Amino acid sequence: MTAPRTLYEKIWDAHVVERREDGTCLIYIDRHLVHEVTSPQAFEGLRLAGRQVRRPELTLAVADHNLPTTPRVDGDGMRLPISDQASAGQLAALEANVADFGVPYIEATAAEQGIVHVVGPEQGFTLPGTTVVCGDSHTAAHGAMGALAFGIGTSEVEHVLATQTLLLKPSKTMEIRVDGKLGFGVSPKDLILAIIGRLGAAGGAGYVLEYRGSTFSEMSVEGRLTVANMSIEAGARSGLFAPDEKTFDYLKGRPMAPSGAAWEAAIARWRQLATDEGARFDRSLIMDAADVAPTVTWGTSPDDVAPITGTIPDPESFADPARQEAARKALEYMGLTAGAALQDVPVEHIFIGSCTNSRIEDLRAAADVVRGRHVADRIKQALVVPGSGLVKRQAEAEGLDRIFREAGFEWREPGCSMCLAMNPDKVPPRERCASTSNRNFVGRQGPGARTHLVSPAMAAAAAVTGHLADVRELLR
Amino acid sequence: MSPFTRVEGRAIPLGRPNVDTDVIIGAEHLKTIERSGLGRHAFGSIRAQAGNVFDDPAFARAPILIAGDNFGCGSSREHAAWALADLGVRAVIASSFSDIFSGNAFKNGILTVVLPQAAVDRLLSVAKELPLTVDLETMTVTSPLQDRFSFELDPFRRDCLLGGLDEIALTLASEAAIRAYELRTGI
Ligand code: SF4
Repeated sequence: MTAPRTLYEKIWDAHVVERREDGTCLIYIDRHLVHEVTSPQAFEGLRLAGRQVRRPELTLAVADHNLPTTPRVDGDGMRLPISDQASAGQLAALEANVADFGVPYIEATAAEQGIVHVVGPEQGFTLPGTTVVCGDSHTAAHGAMGALAFGIGTSEVEHVLATQTLLLKPSKTMEIRVDGKLGFGVSPKDLILAIIGRLGAAGGAGYVLEYRGSTFSEMSVEGRLTVANMSIEAGARSGLFAPDEKTFDYLKGRPMAPSGAAWEAAIARWRQLATDEGARFDRSLIMDAADVAPTVTWGTSPDDVAPITGTIPDPESFADPARQEAARKALEYMGLTAGAALQDVPVEHIFIGSCTNSRIEDLRAAADVVRGRHVADRIKQALVVPGSGLVKRQAEAEGLDRIFREAGFEWREPGCSMCLAMNPDKVPPRERCASTSNRNFVGRQGPGARTHLVSPAMAAAAAVTGHLADVRELLR
Repeated sequence: MSPFTRVEGRAIPLGRPNVDTDVIIGAEHLKTIERSGLGRHAFGSIRAQAGNVFDDPAFARAPILIAGDNFGCGSSREHAAWALADLGVRAVIASSFSDIFSGNAFKNGILTVVLPQAAVDRLLSVAKELPLTVDLETMTVTSPLQDRFSFELDPFRRDCLLGGLDEIALTLASEAAIRAYELRTGI
């Protein structure tokens, strides 16, 4: 009988191609997602070395970061050019590379196009028990499906393209155990922000997280994607959820998921993946769902979190001098004063989107708050950017686009949008954004931009009030 | 990748924890399809401040950078490593690094040296005036003031750096094992 193993250990063991003396393993990669920003130099490397893509059919490319979120085709259905030359060049490079190397590609104008981490699960490309990589740190999101998924750099993208493997050291394991029901108005985003606050931005470094406990088993797959997505903000390259009936229901019938007899066989295999009774984790973090409030960030690191009912902390209140200095710098950048109530912080921009919060449930949660209300006068721009064309289509079928438009939001085409300042959607210097994305770093949403990370419902609450607000007050 | 044995020279005393890769190289500079030329955009938001270390002539083309805890966190963009390489940085010293960043740095011949915070603090103060030496053969960081800090690195990475080896070529030597895995699992 084998010793009890964690979900992570089972996936790892099943993918070892070769084990080196020092414990480093050559790990087989089942699924490789490619986007336009981190791949051009990798394809160029292949070309220079005269190498091929080893298994193009295990690879899927889609553009997301650069694409403007304004209409992509004209009245006659003709594709509109991208005005930014560098962005257009990167898209052209991707299109040439996928054609040259025979990599499956979702066109920029296809209904299936979207943010790579929304597309993977939605297409059934991401499956339980697989290894999934992408040249993007939020690849962690796919862990929600029970896949060992992590972000890689461009040299590793090239390595996977050429060899379908990566050389890796096993990680330590950490369980994040949360039990109980999330409170009224509290979403998976609030929970993961609170977890990051507890762990710290580097607390998960070197670990693979596994989210366990009743809160997570009750959570929808979409909520799990939000949680797993932000594992990297605690320094962990991956975050895992054991696949269960919810996962199988989500995947069933997806275009790239197995079907027929293969589907039944797959489910039988996937049921074996959950962490065994008695398996040990190197570390545990235990929290009670009832303790989590709607949460916002006040600084420039994702662990700078506070409940919306709280105040902006005094840098002196941190024990560590380096942290004190970082907090002072953060408050200066953010234009905030210690001791002020978070609910009094006015905002000018609202961004509902990104691979963290742009799926249909996110849009529904925001629309529930917005319905019958209007964005506040002081809001300069309020964007809703669905995570994929399919999410957009679904939202339109439910009439969510009308709710947003009537309230004064802009309803856009799918892409990374205002999550990062690579395409035309940016927050101007010194202006403030309530954003459902995952990073509040200095300059992330544009040079000098000030970001407060929130849930979709909280972003909607900020939109209709003009300041950071407790969504529970609006829902009552 | 060019081999790494020993680097000697000035060390930019940056310090500060959680320097993310957005700070190392902002998203607006990721649209390039090349690896070179990113150095002039590196640390843009820090360089926008007067009196920053990067614009101090004493540290021009300095081959070493001393950073704070969790350096290189956030985005996986290898552009951060390319930007550092373009600046002339061959070694970064910090108390911890993000996993993805240190892998990217390694693949570009940049050594990430992990030392305890107390050692990093000491080096930060020495580096203001004096050069440092990072030696991969002896696995030490030394200063003219007789400081000597040993660091660890996994043997594989050390060999690759010392020999300037191409990891893809190394892996392709395992072709038979990869093929066998594919046959065994039916992938
Ligand atoms: S939405 Fe943001 S975090 Fe997600 S892949 Fe795009 S840029 Fe990265």
